[in-house]
Amino acid sequence: MSLITTLARLEAVSTGRARPTATVRHRHLSERPLVFVPLTTAGEAGAPLGALVGTDRDAPRLLVVPQPRDRDLRFAFLAELADVVLPYVEAYADAVEAAERTETDPETGKRVKVEVDLCADAPQLIVPSRAGADFVRLLGRSMRFRRTAEQDPGTPHPAPPRVPLLGRWLTHFGERARVPGSSLLLALTDLLSRHWATGQSGVEDQHLGSLLAWIDPPAGESGDAAARRAELARDADGQLLCPPAGPATDPAFDNKLLAPAIEAYDRARTALAAAEDGAEADDRFGALTAAEQRIRDLVESRTRPTWDAVWHGIDLLRALPEGAHVPDRWTRDRWSFTAHRDRITAGEPPQPRVDDAVTAANKLAAREREQARLDAQEALDDPLVMAGRRLAGEAFAGEVTDVVMAYSEGRRPSPRPLVTVRTEDLPHLGERTKVYRSLEGKPQAAEFVAQEGDGDGGALLVLRVLDKMGRGKEPEPGSVPEKGDRVCFTLFEHDQRGGPKLPDPEETPWTHGGPPGDPDAVPQPDPLTEEDVL
Amino acid sequence: MPPPRTRETTSALRHRLAELRGPDVPAKALDARALAALAANPGCKRRALLDGAGVNKTVLADALGSPSAFGQSQFAFMRGNAFEARVKADGGAELLRLVHERLDPSAEPPSGAAVPDLAAMGPEGRAARTALALREATEGGGWALLDHPMLALEVAGSPAFLEPDAVVVHPDGTWTVVEIKSFPMLDGSADPAKVGAAARQSAVYVLALEDVAARLDQVPRVRHRVLLVCPKDFTNLPTAAVVDVRKQRAVTRRQLTRLTRIEEIADALPPGTCFAPDLPPEQLTAAVELLPATYAPECLAACELAFHCRARARREGAVTSLGRSARAELGGLTTVDDVLAAAHGTAGDPDDPAVAALRRAARLRAEALSAAGYGAGAALPDRAGAVPEGAPCR
Repeated sequence: MSLITTLARLEAVSTGRARPTATVRHRHLSERPLVFVPLTTAGEAGAPLGALVGTDRDAPRLLVVPQPRDRDLRFAFLAELADVVLPYVEAYADAVEAAERTETDPETGKRVKVEVDLCADAPQLIVPSRAGADFVRLLGRSMRFRRTAEQDPGTPHPAPPRVPLLGRWLTHFGERARVPGSSLLLALTDLLSRHWATGQSGVEDQHLGSLLAWIDPPAGESGDAAARRAELARDADGQLLCPPAGPATDPAFDNKLLAPAIEAYDRARTALAAAEDGAEADDRFGALTAAEQRIRDLVESRTRPTWDAVWHGIDLLRALPEGAHVPDRWTRDRWSFTAHRDRITAGEPPQPRVDDAVTAANKLAAREREQARLDAQEALDDPLVMAGRRLAGEAFAGEVTDVVMAYSEGRRPSPRPLVTVRTEDLPHLGERTKVYRSLEGKPQAAEFVAQEGDGDGGALLVLRVLDKMGRGKEPEPGSVPEKGDRVCFTLFEHDQRGGPKLPDPEETPWTHGGPPGDPDAVPQPDPLTEEDVL
Repeated sequence: MPPPRTRETTSALRHRLAELRGPDVPAKALDARALAALAANPGCKRRALLDGAGVNKTVLADALGSPSAFGQSQFAFMRGNAFEARVKADGGAELLRLVHERLDPSAEPPSGAAVPDLAAMGPEGRAARTALALREATEGGGWALLDHPMLALEVAGSPAFLEPDAVVVHPDGTWTVVEIKSFPMLDGSADPAKVGAAARQSAVYVLALEDVAARLDQVPRVRHRVLLVCPKDFTNLPTAAVVDVRKQRAVTRRQLTRLTRIEEIADALPPGTCFAPDLPPEQLTAAVELLPATYAPECLAACELAFHCRARARREGAVTSLGRSARAELGGLTTVDDVLAAAHGTAGDPDDPAVAALRRAARLRAEALSAAGYGAGAALPDRAGAVPEGAPCR
């Protein structure tokens, strides 16, 4: 946490409301996001209890597993989830625009431009919290290796037709969410804490209800009081007034309400199975339906407040103007979505359980590059983020006090004007340190020449501008700062270059485990046991 | 480890702690989880004394009006028990197979391992029975599985009784701690936070076992690599991973020795102090206030009194309630008002580097906010978009 954020938190403590840590919105928000509020069964790895899902804030679809240990009921849940998620995802797969991509020609080895499809927009999944994003990843893992009856007629417990495909998509969303600055899958608590600082710690900010209470407390109440109420207040039965955003449920809810309801459901089911004639079966079927409805009501009562809270959070974020570089990063998300769509269309096998060495190294390099890109772009888009970089000595802003024309030596002298900037910032500048400023969206480089005090607490920095001044002897108009201009230079680069290319997976050196096994092998499904999930 | 105490001082301390607990209130045993958490915040005298005296902090927190939020779902509880029973079925055959395969593949295969009966009266009796069984098994020279043994470890002057899931004695006479957890190991990896907690917990067991070992004539080696047994993927089948706990053991050991001695804390309390939960809340609050606490947000995950301490820390405006890192950045300034006063230039020494950095931060922040159109005192962004009525959690 930087000092500027700490200061914002302290201001929040003293004013009783969250304080901004960003002046623009740094993530893309879709016009029509798919919100997913899942609940899971405590102690079980892959046993969802229920979920609210949908794109319409007034009409979420409620999905419930009345007995989470029953494999068939779980499959029914996943099939229903696929019916909601897949049409949403596929709607984006069909609308494409033409784009260009550089590829290496396999025959000549030259870099050539090829015309490819790029999806015009991409789906966006929003979950309440980071734990929800992890759950999306877990669900993806639990489904993508399943076999349907069509793929493998001999499989003992075939999955419903579209479930493995849903698993592959959820895995892709989960993987993409690990790339800094990506927006295909967003956790709302992370998103809100990126833009506001509350008067509580980061641990407590993981609670969606209390985070929202700080950002937008009810009229006349302080954020602190509202947050404590969201976190702790219980009704007469000992149930939390603001249920946790999941996927884990509150133990008091499990023990007092859910467990008896599931027991009643089990009893009703056993009774129905034991019914001897039609009339009796009808009665008992009614009892079973009532027991199931009770569980549905319980699940809805725990997910609906979170559902509303998620939309409330989305409203708050939509009120912020979008950062200038956000569309650029969203385009990368669209590329990622398009690439996965193509892999599925091409019939490639699901993502492997563990990445091979080259894929893992590529992913890591990509994430590091995107992190650097995100840090730079957020600072350029947002003066408040830039203020943090200036405080850290990684950027400086000030007024141009003098411009002296100078030229490079050599046969064709080019303009290398010397610009003096007066600043009160304390950048970490060494001899010939390169600095960059944004000129019409492109970075213009300069190098540090000399520094002197101005006798007034500030410093006069002499910089030599190096590029973006055109080809002529005289710099193009507007390309050199003028006296009196306000400028902001950064010590970090604005664009990120890719690292050295890694070998193909087949060329993996033995030091890194050697080439992976048969790349076309279809991963085996998880072995099934008698009590698959206990 | 602390120096040995004479019998008289130990019984005097025990008497004093019983007084603090209140008449007729039974002592709550310290478990490994509590110990590992105690080592996470070694400077907290409140926690050290209350835990050392065996005060039931859950009940105390209720009586103070800030009930703790710890609870276990019966689903998780049932699942955990069923998994452990499955791992230990058939005389622990599966468990011993995993130990043999992962830790000691060169030894003979574990068939017909001894599973001694450890039943006895009371924790002291069980601990003595365990020590005896360990000695016999080590001298016997074969595989032995101790199911839920009882170990005693002296912590801050009072004995804590610990119950590991299992301890395995190898044919070469070495001992291994086995920890059975019900979180899944998915494609060979598990939640790092949970594995870390299990490692810290196992490290405490290793320390306690070393205590037992040191009392034998031929001191057996306690292995510093423990076996973590978890369900594999989405199934109920056990799989295992070896976890090296040397680091956690060293950290726990160091922190246990420097744990503020509860004797000294108890002596500093005025006579008549008592933490019995049936006392009136004001009296109880006053008694708890006599014990200095060092609250940090990490306490929320570990200590039953965290909500009480947090409310206190907030009221005092302590900066640590925002996180330990916040305090680290702010030098000697410990309260919110001090920091803000220093940042806005109304107090503090401008030559202090922490104060100077704060002022620069405040100036840069104000400049950026006003440039973006936020008023100086505006607490919230200009919310052009209408927020619908009936927002949740109100």
